[in-house]
Amino acid sequence: MAHELPYIAAILEAIQLEMERDESVLYFGQNMATTENEPFVDAFGNDRVRVTPISETAEIGIAIGAALAGYRPVVELYMAEFMLVAMDQVLNEAPRFRGMSGGQVTVPIVLKAGYGFTAGWAGQHTGTLSALFMGVPGLKVAVPSTAADAKGLMATAIRDDNPVVYLHHYLLTLDHGEVPDGEYLVPFGEASVRREGSDVTIVGTGWTVDRALGAAERLAGEGIQAEVIDPRTIAPLDLQTILESVDKTGHLVLVDQATRHASVSTVIAGEVAEHGFGSLKAPIVQVTGLDATIPYSEPLEAYVLPDDDKVVAAVQRVLGTAHVTA
Amino acid sequence: MDELGGEQAIRLLATMWRIRLFEERVGQLVRAGEIDGLIHLSTGQEGVAAAVCSQLRDDDHVYSGHRAHGHAIAQGASLGRVMAELMGRDTGLCRGLGGSMHLVDVEHGFMGATGVVGGNVPIALGSALAARLRGLDTVSVVFFGDGAVQAGHFTETVNLATLWRLPLILVCENNGFAEFTPRSAHTVVERVSDVVAPYGLGRVTVDGNDVQATWDAFGGFLQSARAGGGPFLLECLTHRVRGHYEGDPGRYREALAEEEWQEKDPIIRLERHGVAEEWFAEDELRGVAAGAAEEVEDAVRFGRESPLPPAGIVESMVYADA
Repeated sequence: MAHELPYIAAILEAIQLEMERDESVLYFGQNMATTENEPFVDAFGNDRVRVTPISETAEIGIAIGAALAGYRPVVELYMAEFMLVAMDQVLNEAPRFRGMSGGQVTVPIVLKAGYGFTAGWAGQHTGTLSALFMGVPGLKVAVPSTAADAKGLMATAIRDDNPVVYLHHYLLTLDHGEVPDGEYLVPFGEASVRREGSDVTIVGTGWTVDRALGAAERLAGEGIQAEVIDPRTIAPLDLQTILESVDKTGHLVLVDQATRHASVSTVIAGEVAEHGFGSLKAPIVQVTGLDATIPYSEPLEAYVLPDDDKVVAAVQRVLGTAHVTA
Repeated sequence: MDELGGEQAIRLLATMWRIRLFEERVGQLVRAGEIDGLIHLSTGQEGVAAAVCSQLRDDDHVYSGHRAHGHAIAQGASLGRVMAELMGRDTGLCRGLGGSMHLVDVEHGFMGATGVVGGNVPIALGSALAARLRGLDTVSVVFFGDGAVQAGHFTETVNLATLWRLPLILVCENNGFAEFTPRSAHTVVERVSDVVAPYGLGRVTVDGNDVQATWDAFGGFLQSARAGGGPFLLECLTHRVRGHYEGDPGRYREALAEEEWQEKDPIIRLERHGVAEEWFAEDELRGVAAGAAEEVEDAVRFGRESPLPPAGIVESMVYADA
């Protein structure tokens, strides 16, 4: 059985179910649990659900220490950029403990943060920083694009024994979707084929999965069958599904909201170039954000971001059906 | 709180000698090329480690920073396994993956040393929160230097620890130098215990090379933290005999004259103090240093005879489910 929920509610449903299931799950962050009426406080009390000061380093540090002591804290960071305030804890403490201790300890924390809020939020609240976290061994990174995955990946993140950066896309917050009832887990490292096709493979993450699906719909009108893949987690990254798809289609377009040189798409492009070169009938094309700070003004914001048109144009380019090629 | 007395004082002396001789031996091995990583020695600061850790239990959690050998040893880590770790051996505490700056010894509650100044301080909060949530009488203790106090997360930690009344004991080893820079070049606040004054936590500055004073001050805080109090800050004024790291040319300060150091040396001072208090006679102490020296040589032998870790260990340590 399933029910319909907005993406954000699906995430909270997973946290709620995991907190019911496991008393060691804690949930804290800024601007939450400020009244007794808040549902999580009502359900689990102020010991497990806490408001923190605006102290990202201390919030993440305390989560690491509580995890070392056997708890499973979920830290509500709100904005991925707020983690940048606490870079040492996120990139150089949490993911290092297991390796540096020779396997004596684990750090099961979830750093929950929204990202990519390109809706006039300008330069410092709109970044797609996923690849920054992906590049640090020891961290896992989940980037759900549907309500169902949002729920299933959060539940898996909480049960995982490693630090997980869980990045939900702010432009998807209120998108509704069918969500399985009750306990629902989406395994890490298993991509989802969101649309099957035989002519070209398009890989997107988060909000750009919808750009890829929108483009695929239009391309179908031109007789082009695009396969759309959503990796769902980028660490671990399911390269196998992508390589198998490229083997079938011979063409690859990568869509990423991040700036190109810090994007997941660049990592995938490198891996496919190395491991799937023989399958490629044309060079890979990446549709990424421009290497620029996200501007405030709406047309400029649109200018730097991927959209359905840019994805369609990229597919036409790799298939050689474009009127003008670069 | 336990009063410091004869048998306990001899145990403390033994701990300090183990640290002192271990550190001196490590320094020799660095110069001889047998240990080749980045090494920070705690020679001269042994009194703080001994007075604090000797009062803790294995179910307490202890965190340290880059100068961690003494804390790990005082908390009960095997000398051989610490030495093997510094030599990068498979038998090291962390199987050679952590090294000098990242000692972890879960068995004794030594949850971790981290190498970025102050990075350990907020993490110690989490163990204190866990103790509070479980209703246990365990405490979380974090060692850091005076240099860490100027990092913003120190203040974040003090704020959150006081706000949530956590059983955290912050132990600052103020040796007057933040890496290569004197405290006066970093801040106008002379005493670390004054930095935290507005938060209203229990705080005191002691002569950290006076083991009796450090023992008493920490013991008082510990007793209170076990009974639901906290947090606390203990500032221990101490002296780093060696440079910031082994190989540091140390051009930024004058070395202490030998007679001046003897007046500060926590081992000599506790020996004199114990004799004056009639806890023991001087000749009872003869075996203490010799016993520690033997243990250190055993540790060196253990390290030398231990195998290097297999390369395949690396990938298996990245993720907990790998």
